[in-house]
Amino acid sequence: MGLDFTVVPAHIDIILLGCLWTIAIAVAAAVLSFFGGIVFAVIALYGPWIIRLPFRLLEWVFMGTPLLLQLFLIYFGLVQIGIDLPAFVAGIIGLGLHFAVYNSELIQTAILSVDKGQMEAARTVGLSRGQALRKVVIPQAVRDVIPPIGNNMIALLKDSALVSVIGVSELTLSAQRAIGATYRPFEFYLVAAAFYYVINLGMEWVQRRIERRISISR
Amino acid sequence: MTDQSHFVEIRHAQKSYGTLEVLKDISLNVERGQIVAIIGPSGSGKSTLLRAINDLDSLTGGEVWLDGVQVNKDLPHRQYEKHINAMRQDIGMVFQHFNLFPHLTARENVVMAPKMLKGLSKEAADKLAEEQLEKVGMLDRIDYYPSRLSGGQKQRVAIARALAMKPKLMLFDEATSALDPELVDEVNMVMKKLAEEHMTMIIVTHEMDFAASVCDRVLFMDQGVVVEEGPPEIVFRKPTKDRTREFLRKHLAGVA
Amino acid sequence: MDIDLMMRVYPFFLDAAWVTIQLSLLTALLGLTCGTLGAAARLSRLAVLRFLGAAYVSLFRGTPALIQLFILYFGGPQIGIQLDAFEAGVIGLGINAGAYMTETIRGAIISIDKGQREAARTLGLSQWQATYKVILPQAARLMVRPLGVNMNMLIKATALVAAISVVELTYTAQRYIGSTYKPFEMFLLAGLLYMIIIYVTGRAVAWLDRKVQIT
Repeated sequence: MGLDFTVVPAHIDIILLGCLWTIAIAVAAAVLSFFGGIVFAVIALYGPWIIRLPFRLLEWVFMGTPLLLQLFLIYFGLVQIGIDLPAFVAGIIGLGLHFAVYNSELIQTAILSVDKGQMEAARTVGLSRGQALRKVVIPQAVRDVIPPIGNNMIALLKDSALVSVIGVSELTLSAQRAIGATYRPFEFYLVAAAFYYVINLGMEWVQRRIERRISISR
Repeated sequence: MTDQSHFVEIRHAQKSYGTLEVLKDISLNVERGQIVAIIGPSGSGKSTLLRAINDLDSLTGGEVWLDGVQVNKDLPHRQYEKHINAMRQDIGMVFQHFNLFPHLTARENVVMAPKMLKGLSKEAADKLAEEQLEKVGMLDRIDYYPSRLSGGQKQRVAIARALAMKPKLMLFDEATSALDPELVDEVNMVMKKLAEEHMTMIIVTHEMDFAASVCDRVLFMDQGVVVEEGPPEIVFRKPTKDRTREFLRKHLAGVA
Repeated sequence: MDIDLMMRVYPFFLDAAWVTIQLSLLTALLGLTCGTLGAAARLSRLAVLRFLGAAYVSLFRGTPALIQLFILYFGGPQIGIQLDAFEAGVIGLGINAGAYMTETIRGAIISIDKGQREAARTLGLSQWQATYKVILPQAARLMVRPLGVNMNMLIKATALVAAISVVELTYTAQRYIGSTYKPFEMFLLAGLLYMIIIYVTGRAVAWLDRKVQIT
């Protein structure tokens, strides 16, 4: 059969549109995972035990099972309890929660390493526990974890390909559409891979710049 | 090139990193059985000079000779590797940070190279390990891993490891600088014993009183050149150069 | 929760778990092989090999594993590579895992203090002798834990082969969700089995890690 990349330009618009969707989904899920990670971390560290324990269990389940399986649960599970969300929303929620758990792990470690002296210092000037967390501890912890969270976000971009399996028309599914019309899987998956690779390089570039800025500001 | 008449001969050693010249045309002869100390401020090039003798740091110019053979011969890569590995078997080296192999016991540290390179039998290797560790007073720790030894003990094992190859020459690169003060003596004792056995040694050190007591000759280096050289009585007591005097004033305080 | 249903279908999940285990082990084996070769290339004296090693790591870590799998399985026949889904799964995931393991192995090797190599070389050992007698035994001990992390990720990544219809745990869960409309129960069955596999693997890695440490 051989390879023939001349079929690609005719379908490049689908691919580009898919690319935009991938970026949009990745950004939305990243934002969700970032703030979700902070909330999860605070619950895991400071929540009352009645919340903390089941929460820990949930965390453990999220880290011990594949993302794809979680996406199936969220997508079909929401339908079962009567919430019929568009696939891309389910995809964002799934990706976002999954990576929120991983981010939460990082943030917890960071909070604990900042906490000791800083919390005491903040309390001695009269801040409440919650104020001290919000104004003193968390901002510092977040700065510490930005580089490793960057790694998670790069992983998130690549894992966003999985939402194609629940029918979200992002880059991977767009490539599949083009393949459906042309029967040229190698060419179109390779083109999709190239787009992912470029976005990935861009993210790594941004990450390096942020890291440099953080290391300078210290 | 046949005028090679000294046991160790360094001829016009030159070393630079880019535009930074760390060794500037240094020549040095050491006779069999002699003990030479190299002293000088950090960054003077003394460690680089020592590491050039067994080509851990390659010179950019000049020659190093040992017992009639040029160490840093100009050979194609493969041949040179063979040559330098053979040369290094004759040159023992002791490092500031010991560099014992942490995954091997004291015994295994000592016999690994002799077993691999000289094909020693198990019995011969055991005998060698016991002999060498006895010599440095570490026989009772023969099957200990380095993590369970103190700094001084580690360094003694490291000396035994180097001696096990039966080297013609021993190089000491600040062998006691990383040790707690109370552990320095046990290592110095071992080095003194080697001196009594007429081992040829080149010692980079910060310890002026040790250098004065065991060495035949002292070299004072600064900024890549040998500023002053001579017997310890002269260099330590009656230095002729201002730079030497100034260095000694800082380092002999409390010793003299 | 529909316990009856779960009791009825769990044998199928057990069979599927066995497939997941086989996938994981074979993938790990191939991944370790690729990782070792990749690390050797990245640390080579030859610039060409270093470049190839770096390109391997960058390309396979820089694109989704799912796409790599699709290229191999759906695109392979176009360039004369005809694999069944299971084979494609093992090979695709193995090469992908190898890229991550390359960095793990390389990281462990370069973290060994350079004084170790120097000490070996001053005794007269060749570059290669120093590597396999002094550097590798120490690096191997450092690798166990991070390779365990790679292994953990790899087990979860085997779920991707559900997308090319290998009947493993995730595919089985997906099929039964479709036929029973009980996503939660099916997730529970599959998830529990994944967690058992991951837990046992984690224990094994921890045991190995303790075992190889120098006392």
